[in-house]
Amino acid sequence: MAYTLKLKIWRGDKSGGEIKDYPVEVSEGEVVLDAIHRVQGTQAGDLAVRWNCKAGKCGSCSAEINGKPRLMCMCRLSDFAEDETITVTPMRSFPVIRDLVTDVSFNYEKAKELPSFSPPPRDGDNKRRMAQIDVERGQEFRKCIECFLCQNTCHVVRDHEENKPAFAGPRFFLRYAELDMHPLDTNDRRNLAQEQAGLGMCNITKCCTEVCPEGIKITDNAIIPMKERVADVKFDPLVWLGAKIGLRTKDNDGRTEV
Amino acid sequence: MSVSASSTTDGDRHPMTGNQLDGNAEGGMERHTYDVVVIGAGGAGLRAAIAAHESGAKTAIVCKSLLGKAHTVMAEGGIAASMGNVYPDDNWEVHFRDTMRGGKMLNNWRMAQLHAQEAPERVMELEDWGALFDRTEDGLISQRDFGGHKYARLAHVGDRTGLEMIRTLQQRAVALGIDVFMECTITDVFKDGGRIAGAFGYWRESGRFVVFDAPSVILATGGIGKSFKVTSNSWEYTGDGHALAMRAGASLINMEFVQFHPTGMVWPPSVKGLLVTESVRGDGGILKNSDGERFMFDYIPEFFRAETADTVEEADAWYEDKKNNRRPPELLPRDEVARAINSEIKAGRGTPHGGVYLDIASRRTPEFIRKRLPSMYHQFKELADVDITSEPMEIGPTCHYVMGGVEVDADTQESAVVGLYAVGECSGGMHGSNRLGGNSLGDLLVFGKRAGEAATAYAASLGAARPQVDEADVKAAQASALAPFEVEGGENPYTIQSDLQQSMNDLVGIIRTRSELEESLREIEAFKTRASTMVVEGHRQYNPGWHLALDLRNMLIVSECIAKAALAREESRGGHTRDDFPGPNAEWGTKNLVVNLNAAGTGVDLHEKPLPVMPDELKKYFETPAAAPVVEPAETSEGDK
Amino acid sequence: MASTKAAPEASGVHGPTRAAIGVRTLREDRWWLAPLTTFVVFSAFIVYATWRAFANSHYYVGDYLSPFYSPCLTNKCGAAADFGTPFGGFPLSAALIILIFPLGFRMSCYYYRKAYYRAFWLSPPACAVAEPHTTYTGETRLPLILNNIHRYFWYAAIVVGAILTYDAALSFQNFGVDGHRSGHVGLGSLIMVVNVAFIWLYTLSCHSCRHTVGGRLRHFSKHPVRYKLWTWVSKLNVHHAKFAWYSLFSVAFADLYIYLLSNGTISEARFF
Repeated sequence: MAYTLKLKIWRGDKSGGEIKDYPVEVSEGEVVLDAIHRVQGTQAGDLAVRWNCKAGKCGSCSAEINGKPRLMCMCRLSDFAEDETITVTPMRSFPVIRDLVTDVSFNYEKAKELPSFSPPPRDGDNKRRMAQIDVERGQEFRKCIECFLCQNTCHVVRDHEENKPAFAGPRFFLRYAELDMHPLDTNDRRNLAQEQAGLGMCNITKCCTEVCPEGIKITDNAIIPMKERVADVKFDPLVWLGAKIGLRTKDNDGRTEV
Repeated sequence: MSVSASSTTDGDRHPMTGNQLDGNAEGGMERHTYDVVVIGAGGAGLRAAIAAHESGAKTAIVCKSLLGKAHTVMAEGGIAASMGNVYPDDNWEVHFRDTMRGGKMLNNWRMAQLHAQEAPERVMELEDWGALFDRTEDGLISQRDFGGHKYARLAHVGDRTGLEMIRTLQQRAVALGIDVFMECTITDVFKDGGRIAGAFGYWRESGRFVVFDAPSVILATGGIGKSFKVTSNSWEYTGDGHALAMRAGASLINMEFVQFHPTGMVWPPSVKGLLVTESVRGDGGILKNSDGERFMFDYIPEFFRAETADTVEEADAWYEDKKNNRRPPELLPRDEVARAINSEIKAGRGTPHGGVYLDIASRRTPEFIRKRLPSMYHQFKELADVDITSEPMEIGPTCHYVMGGVEVDADTQESAVVGLYAVGECSGGMHGSNRLGGNSLGDLLVFGKRAGEAATAYAASLGAARPQVDEADVKAAQASALAPFEVEGGENPYTIQSDLQQSMNDLVGIIRTRSELEESLREIEAFKTRASTMVVEGHRQYNPGWHLALDLRNMLIVSECIAKAALAREESRGGHTRDDFPGPNAEWGTKNLVVNLNAAGTGVDLHEKPLPVMPDELKKYFETPAAAPVVEPAETSEGDK
Repeated sequence: MASTKAAPEASGVHGPTRAAIGVRTLREDRWWLAPLTTFVVFSAFIVYATWRAFANSHYYVGDYLSPFYSPCLTNKCGAAADFGTPFGGFPLSAALIILIFPLGFRMSCYYYRKAYYRAFWLSPPACAVAEPHTTYTGETRLPLILNNIHRYFWYAAIVVGAILTYDAALSFQNFGVDGHRSGHVGLGSLIMVVNVAFIWLYTLSCHSCRHTVGGRLRHFSKHPVRYKLWTWVSKLNVHHAKFAWYSLFSVAFADLYIYLLSNGTISEARFF
């Protein structure tokens, strides 16, 4: 079953690099990350690659395989023909450090800008009560493994470096949506999502959803609902009027804008 | 080819972390002063850092990977905490009793007690910080059944509780503004006299060295699974904390107890060892050999005969009627099942890929399987191209967790070295000889908080009179880290690592015997010799070969600890099974095995130590004799950390 | 949205910090197929719809009224002017009075936005394929910021949907204009029913609809009815893109059928 895979890997750093050939023995049932590891162990001991769990649960081994943003550990070789060339490059939206490793600090910086969850005091018996149906939307978003493939594929920053300061990216719209839908949170981040996180920059072309290895419906379930929630406070004169004359849903009571 | 060296000048901030850099040449030294340095950013490390920060310490988290990638994300089942949301009868006393019995009474009783008492509040804190646990009908945190726990007790989020926990703690740490040194490996801790003075490490990205001046260091580095070939653990699990503690002069206990989970994937090779949750068997899955025989009926030990079904009819009826039927033999304790699987494979009745079959496809409808085991369905579909609703899985035992670790004070988690603390999997004692599912996530939270607070209190108590890092030690640490580059003509670390993993798997695996353990100690000596001359190609910038070379030293030392302790303990108990000493021994049930680095620093010394004595008011919970193994019901467990 | 100048070599994926990979994408699949198809089909529809909207003829036959012209508010629609003729002798095509509503609904629709940003604006043409623009501001400025009022077009779309339903129901009347009210079933009626069904599926699967019926809530548990509605709409919403295409075809086909009937190219197939 073993065969020689025509593997190409981008090697280099900030000063430049190239796609090099690393023909490598692979066998049935292996994934791209196995091939990379074999190259590391036998041909290029200094090949830089990030990985941890190798089971699609930690989101470390993000890269681009034949141009598509994917997790290397979840990309089976059997999805390719044996004579097919597989080209592995680092994520192209982030500054490259070396080989397949990129500087993903953009994402950690954005995480810091987001005001955290702010609950009210616990109930009298020192517990909290939330209905399962009220937490389920947030639970979908919390499946996020922070592989940053959505951040990487989003053209807003992929193709426009200058947008990075003003745009938090899909991973954090997910977080804004999670908190905005949280049944207990007391912060209202809707204006912040639009102004600081750059929700308006998103043109909902859905690439984040396409590449999400967790299958989170980022666009339909988080970004668009968040855009609608922002519209409630910023773009909808009827909702504004309703709020002025006291005709509005009580569902958002108890929140203060941050 | 150097990224950082070409662009870094004084005053630049580190591109990955935003931390201030000092020095501008490659290999320049960066220096930071903290009150508390936490090594490791899994559940334990993050919880410790949060506690330290909240009690006023200037705190740093140093981790080998990116923040949020630690092995805690792999935990599936839940956090054991007697909140009583599902069964109001549950309380810390029942949890304490379950934990001690699960650990075959070898646990540090005080740790088990503190854990049981404090876990509920630790879980509630996670919710305060934004965790979204599954709910009960009346809106409380739902709790699930798990092996060895008398009541449904595990707070959970589907089968991804670990991810929820690490993300919650990570977001909390970020909100508090705690400094995080990502992709930074600590290779040494410094002492001044008998006390901790700081730590030494390097940025994985640039190879640049970092010195931390800090009176308190908390080890939260996880386990040792990477010493074994087949493991559910990630590459980070190289026993760094265990080794750092030993080199600093602390001791390890219970290192012979390594939990092998009976069901890990054996194929495809890329995921060999990946966990297959116990609930597959709990939901009706059975084990078969290559002859199609349901072999577990042949392996019912005398001790469990009374409570285990001996006919297929009775075993199958148990799923419907648990009162009038006995448990199927597939649900015997983990060590029994792992041993049986091992025997079948050795007898030549294994599957093509060297496992046995775990079959639920022929026993349950596809709808049932997809509903009850969504992540297992997904895992096999995506990774193995196996549809578990129509074909059996191939599984075999996998190294899962080490019960042993740094010997610490139960209340503060401080080791024998003043200022050095250990929490989570890299600490020892809490789980005795065998850990119950769900107890590790609780362990991380409870003792993470305690260690963080104790470390802060200690650092504060020093005032200005802090231990100082000796510059000679810094030079020595630097030389030691660079040693692999100095060698010429030596061996590649990948080869040595792979040989070590094979050797440990073969000789110090689930079933151990004297001759094999002696053989393994000889092999470890040979690996140590080979490692002393291993060579690394390339340069210091993000060089995984070099990183592995440094981690390998730790793997070798913990491997030696495990093999040595396993050879000494002449009984079978919990996670330690000796073919030549089947069954527990009452006398061994009264003592721990303690290992230290020897005086020359080249190997390990071992001695026995009596167990801490449990006070009488806690003894009343145990009627069974101390040495008696305890049945671990497994029918509802869901993943296993 | 932005300048259309070709990207100079030093921006986006070719920027100085990014991995130096010469090409704009390494994708080897036919990533261009989907945007190209969208471009061709939408363009064809635009051409057809523009011609028909301005044609101002052959848009009704008896009680069959083309969806492009419904409701007909001028005095040129004969018996098909079911809602009066407030625009009386409007000199231009009757379609121009009302088409803004369905057009606005579709132009600001979350699915169509994705489709036209990709296919017409190449922003991006496909995932991980570099776009040709040097700058990008998304939907933060005029005119694209107006897409945020999608919900108002949705309100209008409900009215349009109701009118088209009414049209479809009326189409089952006797074909003649002799006052005889007996029913009949012709192919045209079936086409109109199918069309209105797709229009409703498209309208009710709208993201704004999903938000309005319940999505905006934070506590489903306190609003069980709205939660139920939200779950239904959510199920439809998954297929929103599909309904957008089906209803696009159906509306064009219904119009074409009526046009062909009206100019005598074909004659009505009656079932009874």
